[in-house]
Amino acid sequence: MKFLFDWLDHRTGYRRLLAEALNEPVPGGARWRYVWGSTLTFAIFVQFVTGIVLWSAYSPSSQTAWESVYYIEEEMTGGTWLRGIHHYMAQVMTVLLVLHLMQVVIDGAYKAPRELNFLFGMGLLGLIMALSLTGYLLPWDQKGYWATKVATNLIGVIPVVGESLQRIVVGGADYGHHTLTRFFALHAGVLPALTVLLIVGHVYLFRRHGLTAKQPLKKPEGGRFWPDQIWCDAVACLAVLASVLVLVAWHGGAPLTAPADAAERYPARPDWYFMFLFEFLKWFPGETLIWGGVIIPSLVFLGLCAMPAIASRPWGHRANLFFLATLLVGFAGLTVLAYWKDARDPEFQFAVEQANRASERVRELAHAPAGIAPVGAAELLRDDPYMQGPRLFASKCASCHTYDGHDGLGRPQKEPSAPDLKGIGTREWLAGLLDPAQIETPKYFFGTKFVEPNEQGKKSRMVEFVHDLSNLSPEGREQLDKIIAVVSAEAHLTSQARIDALLDEDDRAEGIDLFFSGIDGVSQACGDCHGFDGEESQAARTPDLTGWSSRQWLIDFTKNPEHERFYGSGNDRMPAFEEESLFTDREIELVVDWLREEWVRYEPPVEEK
Amino acid sequence: MTMNADEKSESATDPQTGAGARRDFLLKAGSVCAGCALAGVPVAAGLRVVTHPVTGGGAAAVGGEAPFLPVTTLDSLPEDGSPAKFMIRADKSDAWSRFPNQVIGAAFLRRVGERGVQAFNVVCPHLGCAVEFREPNRDYFCPCHNSAFELESGTQEANSPSARGLDSLETQVDDSGNVLVQFQNFVMGIKEKRPV
Repeated sequence: MKFLFDWLDHRTGYRRLLAEALNEPVPGGARWRYVWGSTLTFAIFVQFVTGIVLWSAYSPSSQTAWESVYYIEEEMTGGTWLRGIHHYMAQVMTVLLVLHLMQVVIDGAYKAPRELNFLFGMGLLGLIMALSLTGYLLPWDQKGYWATKVATNLIGVIPVVGESLQRIVVGGADYGHHTLTRFFALHAGVLPALTVLLIVGHVYLFRRHGLTAKQPLKKPEGGRFWPDQIWCDAVACLAVLASVLVLVAWHGGAPLTAPADAAERYPARPDWYFMFLFEFLKWFPGETLIWGGVIIPSLVFLGLCAMPAIASRPWGHRANLFFLATLLVGFAGLTVLAYWKDARDPEFQFAVEQANRASERVRELAHAPAGIAPVGAAELLRDDPYMQGPRLFASKCASCHTYDGHDGLGRPQKEPSAPDLKGIGTREWLAGLLDPAQIETPKYFFGTKFVEPNEQGKKSRMVEFVHDLSNLSPEGREQLDKIIAVVSAEAHLTSQARIDALLDEDDRAEGIDLFFSGIDGVSQACGDCHGFDGEESQAARTPDLTGWSSRQWLIDFTKNPEHERFYGSGNDRMPAFEEESLFTDREIELVVDWLREEWVRYEPPVEEK
Repeated sequence: MTMNADEKSESATDPQTGAGARRDFLLKAGSVCAGCALAGVPVAAGLRVVTHPVTGGGAAAVGGEAPFLPVTTLDSLPEDGSPAKFMIRADKSDAWSRFPNQVIGAAFLRRVGERGVQAFNVVCPHLGCAVEFREPNRDYFCPCHNSAFELESGTQEANSPSARGLDSLETQVDDSGNVLVQFQNFVMGIKEKRPV
């Protein structure tokens, strides 16, 4: 064994190199405050390892980026941890960078002859921020897409070259495939290569100048890098790693919001370490934007770079400390202010809720057996009743109708003037309609012309009929329930399939019979007006209940409630959506499927232990 | 070691003719030129492709009038002059992909008078988020940096960071009541309204 090492040392001289690297003197003894550089090196090492493996599973294009990241996250063994470590290490690295910078400045380690190395450090700071920014876009999810859009639009604000520069960065006039390929080339190629170069230079110069010992010295005799300082470094790196692992476990992996969609609004916010800039930008209205977005941040960066030069003045070091402290306080203050404002902004919170709903939903759809088609996952949400139903309802139906008391999206509806459509077709919904206590409430006919008394003081025949049901005998009650069961079965709701199946031929025949013959003690029968079981309606302006609330019945009704099969000329204010082309056919289907709660559902099979 | 070799070659120069020095200079200059050429070719080859978006197809695609795209019908617009948001669909190219009938943007349309339609691009001219119509305030609002715009004119309200009002779009209403919109996006963050 010794022979082998001797041979290797003779050919390479590695022993001398190793001894030089490890026996670096640490004047004044090893200290915990010297660990930051090592923790950063460790963090970058972790990013390289995890990043290269992520690279091996990532596909940069607007139809595959989100999809491949989803696949890493949800399908690949260990994918959640791999991506989680990469994501949260990037965040922890930002904190370490600031701590390292603070330590260097407070200890005066940036003064001559170490100016150049300080500049290398500032270069690394810029590179790491650029890596964060480019990495944020790569999953091509809503969050990264919109936040990065704001950032690249800022480039466009630069006079003269801005627009061309923006085009080159974005890879065209608009975001697309080439934005991803370019950002990926930067994130995985150009920026890491520059980072390695600068780290080599940074460590080389650091070794050349030696450590700036913090005064007073802890131990006069000093220590050595190996093993004194390395022990501290190793413990610190373990702490860093532990925090990252805790973050990954706590959050269950890195976030992945819904796939990027230029047509979908999203409450764009940058990641936390750029939130200060987001808040700062609000102070620069109109054309002063360039000051907040470009000039002042550049000046601050230049100011940091100039610190070694300033330090040569007698008051220089104090001024630098003051400058850095001001920046950090400003950073913290703006960050807190930004989050505080968002927390108190109901519109933002509403938008976040909608965005979360989309994120959760797209994962469910992607998990479902149909999976993701080659056109990409964004399409899954665009054609999904669960996502689009409530929005279409809020924009087109909620000016009169409600859904469970709200507008479909959870916002209160002020003046409902048409029935609440949650659960339409179910026995409960129908029983509520036929309940004298409920018929005139906002859940059903409140605000419609059916409850308005005519000149004789009579309300519509239907409302009068429901009031006649107020004193039913127990037998009458039972008969009513039988009618309700049979009419509700017409809807063929999946949610009611089980109880509908319990109705046998006799129950059905009895229900139909009662529909036409009437309930004991009630003067009118349903069939006196309504059509059912293939019989047409006896009275005009009365909906035919054959197929009531089935998918096709609701679609036909929405397209034209004035059709003689429905309300005819007795229609209240509901528009004939087809005639007025307020909805496309597909949109009507989406709303109807959502109201009937018929959308793709998927629960991952629970693994048995 | 190399230092010594250099000193040796310096000392080899014939002080009378300077021939050694000239040869040395020519060799050095030649090497530097060769080096520049060697590095320059791959860099230039790369730069040409990197700048394609400003020199090639990307830039050429601009220019020419944006077409009027059918969006909806006049009947579908609320009669009280409230705005409604409509997706704008057209064929869209993205590098090697061509997507038929894609959503390329959205606009708020609003009835003005008997047969007039006012259209605003939903993109906030500040930094490109999408504005929403706020029913209680009867105005447009951008959730990103809190720009607000007046309903009637699209002008930015006081304290809005946006440099200009919402970008209006040209509209046409044909004889059968179809609303056509000349959809365009504009450069953000500046006072002037200039198509991208």
